[in-house]
Amino acid sequence: MKPPRFDYLIPRSLDEALGVLAQHGEDAKVLAGGQSLVPLLNFRLVRPAHLLDLNDVAGLAGIRVDDGHLTIGAMTRQRAVETSALVRERCPLLAEAMPQIGHVQIRNRGTIGGSLAHADPAAELPAVVAALDGELVLRSARGERVLTPDRYFVAYLTTAAEPDELLVEVRVPVTPPRTGVAFLEVSRRHGDFALVGVAATVTVDEAGVCTAGALALTGVGPTPVVARDAVRTLVGARPTPAAFEEVGRRVVAGLRPDGDLHASSEYRAQLARVLSARALARAAERAAAGAERAKSDRR
Amino acid sequence: MPAIGRSVRRLEDRRLLTGRGKYAADFRLPGLLHGAVLRSPHAHARLGEIRSKAALALPGVVAVVTFDDLGDVGRIPTRLGHQAGNVVCLQRPLASEKVRYVGEPVAFVVAESRYLAEDALDVMEVDYEPLPAVADARRSVEAGTPVLHDAVGGNVATTLHTRKGDATAAMAAAHVRVRERLAVQRHTGIPMETRGLTAAFDAGTGMLRLWGVAKIPHFNRRVLADLLGHPEHLIQFTELEVGGGFGVRGEFYPEDFLVPWSAKRLGRPVQWIEDRREHLMAANHSRQQYHDVEIGFDRDGRIVALVDHFMVDLGGYIRTHGVVVPELTAALLPGPYRIPHYTAEARCVLTNKTPTGTYRGPGRYEGTFVRERLMDIAARKLGVDPLELRRRNFITPDEMPYDVGGGALAQRTVYDCGDYASALDKALAALDYESARREQAEARRQGRSIGIGVGFLVEKAGLGPWEYARVEIDATGHVVVYSGVASVGQGIETTLAQVCADELNVSPEKITVVHGDSARVPFGVGGFASRGASVALPAALEAARKVRAKIFRVASTLLEAAADDLVLDDGAVHVRGVPDRRVTFRELARAAVPGPPDMEPGLYAAHFFEAPMMTYPYGCHAAVVEVDVATGTVKILKYAIAYDIGKAINPMIVEGQLVGALAQGIGGALLEELVYDEQGQLLTTTFMEYLVPTVMEMPESTEVRILEETPTPLNPLGVKGAGEGGSSGCGAAVANAVADALAPLGVSITALPLSPDRLSALIRAAGDSR
Repeated sequence: MKPPRFDYLIPRSLDEALGVLAQHGEDAKVLAGGQSLVPLLNFRLVRPAHLLDLNDVAGLAGIRVDDGHLTIGAMTRQRAVETSALVRERCPLLAEAMPQIGHVQIRNRGTIGGSLAHADPAAELPAVVAALDGELVLRSARGERVLTPDRYFVAYLTTAAEPDELLVEVRVPVTPPRTGVAFLEVSRRHGDFALVGVAATVTVDEAGVCTAGALALTGVGPTPVVARDAVRTLVGARPTPAAFEEVGRRVVAGLRPDGDLHASSEYRAQLARVLSARALARAAERAAAGAERAKSDRR
Repeated sequence: MPAIGRSVRRLEDRRLLTGRGKYAADFRLPGLLHGAVLRSPHAHARLGEIRSKAALALPGVVAVVTFDDLGDVGRIPTRLGHQAGNVVCLQRPLASEKVRYVGEPVAFVVAESRYLAEDALDVMEVDYEPLPAVADARRSVEAGTPVLHDAVGGNVATTLHTRKGDATAAMAAAHVRVRERLAVQRHTGIPMETRGLTAAFDAGTGMLRLWGVAKIPHFNRRVLADLLGHPEHLIQFTELEVGGGFGVRGEFYPEDFLVPWSAKRLGRPVQWIEDRREHLMAANHSRQQYHDVEIGFDRDGRIVALVDHFMVDLGGYIRTHGVVVPELTAALLPGPYRIPHYTAEARCVLTNKTPTGTYRGPGRYEGTFVRERLMDIAARKLGVDPLELRRRNFITPDEMPYDVGGGALAQRTVYDCGDYASALDKALAALDYESARREQAEARRQGRSIGIGVGFLVEKAGLGPWEYARVEIDATGHVVVYSGVASVGQGIETTLAQVCADELNVSPEKITVVHGDSARVPFGVGGFASRGASVALPAALEAARKVRAKIFRVASTLLEAAADDLVLDDGAVHVRGVPDRRVTFRELARAAVPGPPDMEPGLYAAHFFEAPMMTYPYGCHAAVVEVDVATGTVKILKYAIAYDIGKAINPMIVEGQLVGALAQGIGGALLEELVYDEQGQLLTTTFMEYLVPTVMEMPESTEVRILEETPTPLNPLGVKGAGEGGSSGCGAAVANAVADALAPLGVSITALPLSPDRLSALIRAAGDSR
């Protein structure tokens, strides 16, 4: 469990880092928090000629709000996002998902960009960004492009980023009022990758009628699965438990999850159904509570 | 205040908690080389040419060792559970002709660093001719399946028989019979520290030294001497800190030969540190058993017969534990119940998987699951409360000593003492059983599935045949205890100091304990089988008593007073009532050489404590669980263990052992499984796949009751042994609790682990069939 030989490069600026990527591209691997890459190196499952360490590059970490978006720098530690008051306030779904990533020690090192670039379909962050219709900002020596999650997440552990491109930040819309969120998952142990995880949002109007909803799942496909059509059935009515269960059934109808050691295909489908209904129910409950609060505040 | 019975802080923690402990991988020598093992990627293959040229051409690679280099090397012998016919199944240090499991050592690479050694592994070329493999013991015994060892003439290495009375006739006459197939999965001990070893050879003196040995240094030194053809007195084994043993660590493995052999051959020190992937495929696996068991009851719910046909999956070779796990399973399967007629047949089956050995509570974790699950299933069929059924069948204290009818480890299973009904009551009280039942009823009304289960176990501990101790007061007046036991992290240094402290009237903190060094301790059996407290401690106690007598003998000469008038206190002796007339240990130690004419010189004494019969601690696990029926997940809400160990030398250490063992028991009940595919590929080679419980998987509340109701008559301290009972009853208790929770759904639990995937499948199937 020792990595083979590699050249270790530690640029000080983004331009320098992009220059290295432009030069070495396929032969380089980017080291952020190292929580996935270092084990892969030690198992010799990846054997890069060059290891590009971003930890000394200035300006890649930080959380800010502008233009109705929450913007998080790629090198922001997961723990920093978890403990950010700004995130809790403006993007409660992200705040709820964060503590479910690994353990505190992992989140202290692990980064937002690292997880999104690794693109493990079992991970929480890709599903959250997908549920929220976020944007992923890629930079290279050639310029910048912004991708939506459906274009960015291509396949298992694969993104649309070119070998010379670096994920520099992610943007998610600030959560609108009267919106409830929930992130639920089932894992074998606390802190393990979820067998299935579900990110849900439900927005209601002042009468309590559902006006929008979103649902994204981890662990049931090669990329995060967004269940747009299934959730659309909630819009235009007061949400009910029966409606959530119906969404759960619709979500599963289109799924063919792979089975593995910890969860058969049938079991993953079962979890997707059960957790979708539960997450939507919790989100709707919170949305209703939010609407009530808004009403009483006005009085 | 006596030290015995007090929760003295662990002496070893002073260095461990301040970062001064030295583990296998911390050890350094000048010019140290590093080894790495090339392991078979095939479960079953004929071994062809091994080409090392490319590896040897890499800078920093010093040697590549294959079987042909080893000459006429023997097989690694069994330590326990020997069967003459099984010698052909014993493993050699490197594969020759055939490989029989994924992970079998094929070559050993030595290089200037572990990195370079692993680079060399990457370019080794080996010709394998793959053979059909068999990974399932149940298939392994069928006709026409691939045979692992031609000399065995099949894949059943041995069949063991246990017979008491006439179970066939008794079963036929039984009022009610209950038959089940029950299975425990393959899993094993995961010490926090993996194995590791450093060896160095001094060509000038011929001395071969090893550091990082564990568990049974004296025995392993002899094995190494025999395998190497090297004089035993020119081999020195030294233990470092040991980060957990659990039965797995410290047995003689192929690497325990390869490292010293290479050091001797190369004339340079060699270190090998097992990585976690290697540990999961190379260290002993354990626990995999399939039982087809039947129990018969009379009209009053009394057991009349027990018949068990079971199969133990040994893996590709027989290792140092021989067939001791099946032996122990059969010996203790009857547990706490009076069973007049008992038959067991254990088939020991070879498969193309990692060889197996003991793991904390070997045979008892499995057997307790089988018996206690069966009791619950039978209770349901009989319409009797499961606790009442147990009480009706418990062996009573006045029946002790009780001959169970079988045996293991070359002795009959004879329970020394016990009050089983009392231990059950104590566990139920600790769980607050009655209120748990009320909460269960309330939860059911709310649609929640809560279940309660118990697992009653009879353990064994205190395996002999003997242990050695020597107690010494050195010339500076310090008390030193030398013991043949080994530390596997169990706190044995502290308890050895405690028993000597009381005899010599010094505080345990002032005593130095030496163990695990063959140069400083000439004899020893080691640290396993919960034997430290009941075999090593009495040896130290008796040696301390002899030294105490010598102290009085020398002091009475120096102080010119009768021994009866002398008082031993805080490292000195004084004349009663005259504190000024006193001699210190320092003075006594110097005066003791040569000392009074009729005394053996020196203020030291040795003792061999012999233990021909084992002790049988017992207790009860009780669990309250909640099952989320929609997701199949299990949460342990509350857990209680009541365990009678006769006498607790250090209650804090006992509690730590019980709770630590419980974590492993929970792993076996819910999480841990070594999974192979049909071709014999091991699928669980990292901690992503092999799931060890963390603190977050422990019960929300755990109550431990250490019982001292029945001290054993077999040693002067009355202690039995506390190392394993925290684990053995857990699979049973958790399974029974889950079964209780799911009983309204008609789900039947017959195998471990209770993973959410499997439970969900059972719940779905029960739903379909209703």
